[in-house]
Amino acid sequence: MDPLNNIKSLAYISPEIVLVVFAAAVIIFDLFVKDNESDWVAYLSLIGIGCSLIAIFITNSLVDINKPIALFFGMVRLDGFAVFFKVLLLLATAATILFSLRSEELDARLKGEYHALLLAVTFGMFLMASSTNLLMIFISLETVSLTSYILAGFLTHSPRSSEAAFKYITYGAVASGTMLFGLSLLFGMAGTGDITQISSQIATVLESGDVSALGVLIAITFILAGIGYKIASVPFHMWSPDVYEGAPIPITAFLSVASKAAGFALFLRFFYTGFNTPEIIQSIDWRLLLAIVSALTMTVGNLAALPQRNVKRLLAYSSIAHGGYLLMGAVLPTSEGLSAIIFYLIVYLFMNLGAFYVVVLIANESGSEMIEGYRGLSSRAPYVAGAMAIFLFSLTGIPPFAGFFGKWLLFNAVISEDLYWLAFIGLLNSVVSLYYYARIIKAMYLESAEDTDIFSFSKSTFALLGVFVVPTILIGFLNIFYSLSKKITLP
Amino acid sequence: MDQILLSLMIFVPLLGMVVVFLLPNDREELIKRVALAFTLIPLVLAVYLFIDYNKSSAETQYFVSVPWIDTFHINYHVGIDGLSITLLLLTALLGPICVLASWRNIEKGLKAYMALFLLLETGMLGFFASLDLFLFFVFFELTLLPMYFLIGVWGGPRREYAAIKFFLYTLFGSVLMLVAIIAVYLNSNIVNGVVEGVRTFDIPELIQRATVEGHALGDSGFQKWVFLGFFIGFAVKVPIFPFHTWLPDAHVEAPTAISVILAGVLLKMGTYGFVRINMAMFPEGLDFFTNGIGFWGHSLALLGFINIVYGSFCALAQTDFKKLVAYSSIGHMGFVILGLAARNAEGINGAVLQMFNHGVISAMLFLLVGVLYDRAHHREINGFGGLGNRMPIYTGITTLAFMASLGLPGLSGFIGEALSLFGAFQEFPLLTILSTIGIVVGAAYFLWTLQRVFLGTLNPKYEELPEINRREILTLVPLGILTIVLGIWPNIAIDMFSESVTNLVKIVTI
Repeated sequence: MDPLNNIKSLAYISPEIVLVVFAAAVIIFDLFVKDNESDWVAYLSLIGIGCSLIAIFITNSLVDINKPIALFFGMVRLDGFAVFFKVLLLLATAATILFSLRSEELDARLKGEYHALLLAVTFGMFLMASSTNLLMIFISLETVSLTSYILAGFLTHSPRSSEAAFKYITYGAVASGTMLFGLSLLFGMAGTGDITQISSQIATVLESGDVSALGVLIAITFILAGIGYKIASVPFHMWSPDVYEGAPIPITAFLSVASKAAGFALFLRFFYTGFNTPEIIQSIDWRLLLAIVSALTMTVGNLAALPQRNVKRLLAYSSIAHGGYLLMGAVLPTSEGLSAIIFYLIVYLFMNLGAFYVVVLIANESGSEMIEGYRGLSSRAPYVAGAMAIFLFSLTGIPPFAGFFGKWLLFNAVISEDLYWLAFIGLLNSVVSLYYYARIIKAMYLESAEDTDIFSFSKSTFALLGVFVVPTILIGFLNIFYSLSKKITLP
Repeated sequence: MDQILLSLMIFVPLLGMVVVFLLPNDREELIKRVALAFTLIPLVLAVYLFIDYNKSSAETQYFVSVPWIDTFHINYHVGIDGLSITLLLLTALLGPICVLASWRNIEKGLKAYMALFLLLETGMLGFFASLDLFLFFVFFELTLLPMYFLIGVWGGPRREYAAIKFFLYTLFGSVLMLVAIIAVYLNSNIVNGVVEGVRTFDIPELIQRATVEGHALGDSGFQKWVFLGFFIGFAVKVPIFPFHTWLPDAHVEAPTAISVILAGVLLKMGTYGFVRINMAMFPEGLDFFTNGIGFWGHSLALLGFINIVYGSFCALAQTDFKKLVAYSSIGHMGFVILGLAARNAEGINGAVLQMFNHGVISAMLFLLVGVLYDRAHHREINGFGGLGNRMPIYTGITTLAFMASLGLPGLSGFIGEALSLFGAFQEFPLLTILSTIGIVVGAAYFLWTLQRVFLGTLNPKYEELPEINRREILTLVPLGILTIVLGIWPNIAIDMFSESVTNLVKIVTI
């Protein structure tokens, strides 16, 4: 199908339009709301997300999802892959807003800007999931980055938060500069910015000898800097522990799940669509590069998590490690790898957000983000402790929790391409990760606190906790999620 | 109706866990009774299946196979043969015994304790019944979580260390197993390098496919390393030297009932898995490690031998009663390995019988240690003496258990070990002869312990030590009867699995 022009495309981007409209509406609405009623801003944002979700399903019903549509002269594309990521991102954003409602960190006067920015960053992530042009890729990435910097530094009274934002900007500027350079190299070599045509163009120029394979590999490596920065893969991960530790907890949760998922969407589309022809793989073996990055990312993430005492920072390193696990699926441009990543992202959304939600709750009650604050939690807040234990075991990858099934699919994909060494590294990393996750569990269950007050939580808190616990237990047992993840393909 | 009996048995304890969770915290008597009821149901079902099982057939019986995760050809496939019904019975028998053994000595969080115990029971029962490799692995791992908490929360002074050590060791073993499982799955439909049919996790189907000419699963190089992957996973569980160091720690720290389960059932999961997967599915791999040619051909028998001798000598050196029993377990599991390495009918029958017998006898020993510990609050062997006068019934039962464990003819321990050794002697005469050192040392440490604890003059501190009570006797009597009955008439058990073993011998003799 030919790309649609700008006017005709508008009908298909109603979810994005809804988000932008609500982002503006939130700012205006905020002017008329008193500080002590600022929760209404959050509710309005949630309505925006709900409308966007409905819009996704409406546009979805307009088209046959197996036949992707190119919009705006081929700048973005609407396909099953994009729709999946959009739904995932909306869920993550909705969870972030709900966490922010509970969190006592945020200044009530700034809630309008905060929620408007959250909706704007989600809009950027939508574009990341659907861009098919080098220029669009860069613009969407920057939209997300710029808004994320502000969100990370949102605790204006906290020096740690400002430090986080500053580090984020510095690293981000370097990474996106490098990426832009890589993009321009690639554009120069391929003569097109459309990633659906890049593979044939590159193959042609490689054959004619105008461009060397090394040149293309260098361009890919530079581009990987920008994407690697978004998914916090080694060696572009340095920013993430500091940013995760300094940012408000809901934003940390958001960055570790939504930002990572969007990064993976971009990453997958770029490599699967752009560089996945046998001719290119034959001359430029970018898969080995990715395999090494994947092995390093999970190893560095896990080893660095071992000595952490701050739970937020510990989860930051753990999410670096999970980026490494996810990369295992991307090493192989096979449909098995893709569906493993899709499945793992669904699972990761629930278990990781759940863990961060517990961190929010405990920080509110005990004022501590350190492991010591979790001592004796099994008697102070038995249900919260139980939920946390489930999230952590799931993150480790122990059956019967969903994390195990996710990891199993990833290892399955890796071993099916005979990359046994990578599977071994991944599995040994799982064993290592048990050690630090178990430290939190040990504090909750095996140690007792000096302070033995019972924490009390409202019913809605438990309901939200249940929203994360139930999928973490059930997803692995339901065939529907496996068939869903198999259905999503990239050309 | 018959179809669901097995699944009912597996999931009744899980239902029990939910029920226990819903009970109020302070109704401790009620919680205990409910937990007991939910462990008695599987026992009744297991006895029914045991009686109803058709011994003359080696076919899988009571099997149920329903699609679970279609996309990856995973089925919920359970069923029993002679080997699994024997171990299911053992597990179901130890369930209520362990609940009774925990009646008085769990001081905190009784509800959570019972709930976790019931979860553990589901994991164990499911493991022995599953015939789908994926399901098998899920149940295998399902036992880890409750065990970690049961040791870590209700254990002795060094419980945190022991719990995490147990967890890390077992997880390490099982991730290697996971790689092997995935490799088996991915190769399950490749014949002569060409894809044929669909992949499968189904164990009987995989065993059948491995015998097809030119099938990737039958390739001897492939079998060797997959064999190793599974072997390490199971070896940690058995435990086989050098993967055994978690066991003394876990046993010493675990509460009595959990030690009973650990020694009685969890160790058997390792050897059962070895028989079910390593032997039946990879006969070529097994052949390489047990054919008696060169170093590798002796390796498995050698490990059995090391377990026997090393375990026994370590036990001899212990002064902690529980640690002594723990090391004696390592020694006795060595006979199982040695019998399996022989690959003949005597050896395998002996090994399977030894698995059951060791489950019964070591459970008795740990219960007895628990009885003493509950009274004296220490386990130092040299700290007692002359208890024979003070606690005559206790002394009598302990003597029975010791004699059974050291292999006195007429009691069950003897038959299993003797058969294993008969089998092994035909293949590895020298190692078998050397292994008998273990029996001698075993007699030495048990008799010496008997002397130090029960004979001599009574320590004045313990003049008021109460005799073993009725509840405790109730936990020991069924086990004691079994050791005597199986010692005199071992065919009750052997008849159950001899057909399955004959079938297995056919597979492994290549």
